Amino acid sequence: MKILIKNGRIINPAAGFDKVADLLISGKKVEKIGKNISEAADKTIDAKGRIVIPGLIDVHVHLREPGFEYKETIESGSHAAAAGGFTTICCMPNTKPVIDSEIMVEYIKLKAKREAVVNVLPIGAITKGQNGEELAEIGKMAKAGACAISEDGKSVENSGLLKTAMNYSKMFSIPVLSHCEDKSLVSGGCMNAGEQCQIMGLKGISNDSEDVIVARDIILAKSTGAKLHLCHVSTKGAIDLIKDAKARGQEISAEITPHHFTLDDTAVNSYNANTKMNPPLRSKEDVEAVRQALKDGTVDIIATDHAPHSSDEKNCEYENAAFGIVGLETALSLGLTVLVDGGYLTESQLIEKMSVNPAKLLGIQKGNISEGFEADITIVDPNAEYLIDSSTFLSKGKNTAFNGYKVRGKVETTIVGGKIVYEKGKIK
Amino acid sequence: MFTRKDVLGLRDMSREEILSILDTACEMKKKVNDPCLRSDELKNTSIVTLFYENSTRTKTSFSLAGKYLGATVQDLGIASSSVKKGESLIDTGRTIDQMGVDVMVMRHSLTGAPHVLAANVKAHVINAGDGANEHPTQALLDLYTIRDYKKSFDGLKVAIIGDISHSRVARSNVFGLGKLGAEVVLAGPSTMLGGFGKLGVHTTTDVKEAINGADVIMGLRIQFERFKTMSFPGLEEYRQLFGLNSEMIKKYAKKDVLIMHPGPVNRGIEFSTEVVDSGNSVINIQVKNGVAVRMAVLKLLMEGGHVK
Repeated sequence: MKILIKNGRIINPAAGFDKVADLLISGKKVEKIGKNISEAADKTIDAKGRIVIPGLIDVHVHLREPGFEYKETIESGSHAAAAGGFTTICCMPNTKPVIDSEIMVEYIKLKAKREAVVNVLPIGAITKGQNGEELAEIGKMAKAGACAISEDGKSVENSGLLKTAMNYSKMFSIPVLSHCEDKSLVSGGCMNAGEQCQIMGLKGISNDSEDVIVARDIILAKSTGAKLHLCHVSTKGAIDLIKDAKARGQEISAEITPHHFTLDDTAVNSYNANTKMNPPLRSKEDVEAVRQALKDGTVDIIATDHAPHSSDEKNCEYENAAFGIVGLETALSLGLTVLVDGGYLTESQLIEKMSVNPAKLLGIQKGNISEGFEADITIVDPNAEYLIDSSTFLSKGKNTAFNGYKVRGKVETTIVGGKIVYEKGKIK
Repeated sequence: MFTRKDVLGLRDMSREEILSILDTACEMKKKVNDPCLRSDELKNTSIVTLFYENSTRTKTSFSLAGKYLGATVQDLGIASSSVKKGESLIDTGRTIDQMGVDVMVMRHSLTGAPHVLAANVKAHVINAGDGANEHPTQALLDLYTIRDYKKSFDGLKVAIIGDISHSRVARSNVFGLGKLGAEVVLAGPSTMLGGFGKLGVHTTTDVKEAINGADVIMGLRIQFERFKTMSFPGLEEYRQLFGLNSEMIKKYAKKDVLIMHPGPVNRGIEFSTEVVDSGNSVINIQVKNGVAVRMAVLKLLMEGGHVK
């Protein structure tokens, strides 16, 4: 099978390439990039006025399967990913049972092979059952294909245990993805502690609850030499800590979610729980700090923290509502609208943070559509403006904070390993 | 004009709405005082109280307020209801809604719970206290009491002392007093003062500064049940640092200062017994005014906008 993509603007930051050209896919791979490719193809896509980019890679996704299939499945989550232009997603281990063993990693891989339309890479838990008590079988999981380890949704409270895990993880060259939250400082909070929280009368989550663990994890990564990646960084304080560590030559990476670079806590202006997430939407100052961190390179990755929930889990008392919102189907549009149009990133830099850098973190041969690479490719109409409407989502989760939000950039075609999996609103 | 469907808080209520409730409450108070004047204006009105959190005085106050106006009042015993079987708040609300109920009065330990209920039922919803958010009818009865004695709010200094950060009473009063033009000072231990810095009121840990020249001193109950971790070392220390006795009040506050408290009072902690029982104390009158204010709220909601 050969697919010829004609006249698109190919943005391939990994090769420093940004030109209008044709791209020929042959089998699973990119065969050729150049002007006026006239070779016969089984399918030709007219990409005039479109951007052709390496498929997006999301290092932070909750697929909910097994255990919470009513929220999302590997299949439905992969459809949402394809619709959002993602060709590889990493799924967090907070399932039931927890992904904390070789057999669970194998199970996710098997289900994904059978039902997913994009590449799914499981992330293993750091401790058994995410209980924070004893190490999960990190080595066996890594050998079975876990792309990283993470305690996901919480920190390993015991610093000694985390240090051991970091030290151990080095043998398998997998990153440790850290959710940074000191529970004793959160004590039942459900939105950012600040002015808006005072107005709403809800319990607050202070920035220091995130910052102290960011500091601890940076220190432990330094002493162990582990590959630390900080999840969903949301505070100015955390950004400053990362900047300091990088200035001292420490290699760490971090991610920021689209909701944290787009919305501040004034979005929590009713008790509608679609604005409830963890970490919470922060102050205007924090939002500006995370945007600047993306701009100046302090933060290298954009990840969605796609967290689907059923409507009942959100349509209830704010404090009782589940944390998190879906993100796969809105991330690219928000990146283009907020970061590119806002002057923080060029389109090429946005693609770096959504594809090239995630691939580097995971150490996989992706995020690059040069000749000879796997054909994971997304075609986007960058000028298509639309209003976000959760009823059109392919994810089972309709829990978004962005309903009615005006954005630009619509994914038209998603190609995974040379196969069109999504085209014009439909899974193929 | 009073046209709103629900009374959820004073934060989103206008000055005019607040005043229309206080004016109506003046009429209602006559009915509280004189059983002969009690009427059947709300004869065909059905009220249900849903108290997810314990309360004696507020529930009784609402219940009597409804009855003095001729309404049918029913309590949904949460402890023995389907709520204990795990029914969601919205489902409980919708179920009650089907029974021809006009007004639901709700207390809940979670902020925003009445708002969620209100968005899902046809009945009017009155917030009888939600989490650490608001307790609008308590603040309205406080405002009523203050106006009754002081006639105007302009230039009044109101000191609210105690566990500020857990207090929905303090919050509703801050919103209400601010709209009516009074100056509010909040005082308490630094660990219990959070949550007000941005609401345009002065906060202090010096109780003397707070009551200096005060026209009104409102004590708040130390709410042990809301502490996840204790934010002060003990009651005795609290009493020494923040408890008010008559000497202090005589020395710092105005002569005609009103001593108020939403109750129940921890005698000897927030206020000395002397202060609670002093001539300046209107703590018991507040309770009476509470019935009048709740009658006014019920009446205005049911009339849907006709202020007489």
